[in-house]
Amino acid sequence: MSTVTDATTSTRVPITGKEKRLLRHAMMPHMLCPGCGHGIILDAMLSVLSERYDSLDNVAFVAGIGCSSRIIGYIDACTLHTTHGRPLSFATGLKLARPELTVIVITGDGDGLSIGGNHLIHAARRNIDLTCVLLNNEIYGMTGGQAAPTTVLGAYTTTTPQGNTQHSFDAAELAKAAGATFVARAQSYRPQVFGEVFGQALDHVGFSFIEVMSDCTEYFGRTNRFGTGADMLMSQARYEPSIDADLTRRPTVEPIVNAQPVRPVLPTGLLYRSSRLTLEETLGVKGGRSSEASETSYYDGDQRRNS
Amino acid sequence: MRLIQGNEACAEGAIAAGCRFFAGYPISPSSEIAEAMARLLPKYEGVFLQAEDEMASLGAVLGASLGGARAMTATSGPGFSLMQEHIGYAYLAEIPCVVVDVMRGGPSTGLPTLPSQGDVMQAQWGSHGDRAAVALAPSSVQEVYDLTIQAFSLSESLRTPVTVLFDEVVGHMREGVDLSVPDQRSIGSRPRPTQPPGESFAPYRANADLIAPLPDFGRGYRFHVTGLMHDERGFPTTDTSIVAALLERLEKKVQVVKEMVAPESYLMDDASLVIVSYGITGRTAKAAVDALRNKGVKAGLWRPRLLWPVQDELLKEALAKADVVMTVEMNRGQWSREVERVVHDSALLYPLLKAGGAVITTEEVIDHALAVADGLSVAAGRRAPLKEAVSWVERGNETRMSVSANLNKKVDGE
Repeated sequence: MSTVTDATTSTRVPITGKEKRLLRHAMMPHMLCPGCGHGIILDAMLSVLSERYDSLDNVAFVAGIGCSSRIIGYIDACTLHTTHGRPLSFATGLKLARPELTVIVITGDGDGLSIGGNHLIHAARRNIDLTCVLLNNEIYGMTGGQAAPTTVLGAYTTTTPQGNTQHSFDAAELAKAAGATFVARAQSYRPQVFGEVFGQALDHVGFSFIEVMSDCTEYFGRTNRFGTGADMLMSQARYEPSIDADLTRRPTVEPIVNAQPVRPVLPTGLLYRSSRLTLEETLGVKGGRSSEASETSYYDGDQRRNS
Repeated sequence: MRLIQGNEACAEGAIAAGCRFFAGYPISPSSEIAEAMARLLPKYEGVFLQAEDEMASLGAVLGASLGGARAMTATSGPGFSLMQEHIGYAYLAEIPCVVVDVMRGGPSTGLPTLPSQGDVMQAQWGSHGDRAAVALAPSSVQEVYDLTIQAFSLSESLRTPVTVLFDEVVGHMREGVDLSVPDQRSIGSRPRPTQPPGESFAPYRANADLIAPLPDFGRGYRFHVTGLMHDERGFPTTDTSIVAALLERLEKKVQVVKEMVAPESYLMDDASLVIVSYGITGRTAKAAVDALRNKGVKAGLWRPRLLWPVQDELLKEALAKADVVMTVEMNRGQWSREVERVVHDSALLYPLLKAGGAVITTEEVIDHALAVADGLSVAAGRRAPLKEAVSWVERGNETRMSVSANLNKKVDGE
């Protein structure tokens, strides 16, 4: 249906197979549908982590409810599968109690932007030092394909049989506006790019947010006639142009037959980066990482605590 | 001894119990607890977080608890409603936490800020599904301090959420309190695994006491925690026999609290009229018992400090010799139903109920008791015909009293 040429051949995050030892094999087989983009991201995430850690003893994954959130169950780490929309609140408490841990939140578009939208903007506002990965498949997959706040106007879902009547969110813009100090967008279409920004996000001190365009073939794809999982992956090439200088090799895409409505064109790569004091620093909580901003800030959390 | 408010005593009790994490959202009449925690926690290397809402408050508390901190939140009715989701989560995932609810009148935004005991049923049945709640009900500022400490002790040792319920009067009242800090070893702590980390470790494999050892996140034990029904490894399951066994264990494991929180029994040995009341109304009732004794009525008080689970056996025993049982509650009869269930047909139940924000006075309790006692000739140890007694109560006290639907039902049935 579509032809993609000159796709990126970046191999900056090699898939070595080392990531397999970070999997929780006792939880297999996994529950993701054939063609789902989430597994690609799980694989890319573990690839990055396997380059950094032999074991995930000091990495905690926190997730909400939905297909995206379920992927933490397959990771051999401390994994906390919380309530719908609220993983960031659990993660905030965990990180403040144990600032030395690396905390990674996995959420979805319904989980993180609809029911959990408030927690997302406040986590970003506080600039707590953790990484939030939002897998955006533009639909509620687990409950059977209902419209999400990311479903584009006009798209068909089981609750929008005449086409979606609501405008959609731009998660990355939202996170940035709310105060996130690292914002990126990636795609399951190019896991290497995800791996790269994921690594940068882990290194970033402060609230890092990555929106990942993923695909729901079973519901969103089928209902909107986007074709197979592979077709949907190809269609992600529309999420161009990248604003990252390293990611300028753009695939060209021919219009996809029957693919109506057209999915929006969004920039990918690292979108925004800045430095502010983290919540741990403003609270004076010991044991966390120091942000660049702490070197020039006059604000001293310690002083506040001792007063 | 220090003269402090109930809400401050709650914060002091939490600190004394080793609480080092508090997340909360402002709401009357509980805000002073958050304010006191914000002041106290930094001095103890603890963390205070003002959250964006009550769901986030308890979510953060649970995250901190899994990190190893003793953690608490405090709220009032509307916030308590919002927290029910995470109370259910904490119960199923077995994460220790203390939730304080300083009750105001409800439903909805209700009465900010007049007292109520309207969240008693919610403390047990607020979240969906079957859950065996643990809820403590202090009636004085001293008891707020002591029971907050005990709430941590129970929550940590049983791996279950514990609610401390008191009303606005107790929360805002000032009394002299002995704030001596108990020996930390006397405060229960969460059981820790004895086996080293490894694949065979199962975070939900319970010991003989039905409690499963809980390691902190990030200490070498890698495990899964979920709000889905799960097996011993914490992995999701829909195996109906595993789920049924899990629910049964969770319910059974908390029953031990019935032996750990003693009720107050006052002049109960020869009491034929027993008042059952808790919280601030329990204190009112105690004063009324003294007055009634002076008037020749053999009155006694049974005041539970533990509302959930109900201490059925103790209550049954306390009421065994009673001719008349009187419940006194600032609501439309919530815990009265539990008393009614236990009393059954052994005695007559005359609730004194008052919802709407006004406190129940000692005089009202005395009047109600006298009306009941006169009508039933309780003082003389003789039971009057039921119909006669009821008509007396209704005739003389129609405006002041609420006679329970149960009572009317019994009369109709005769």
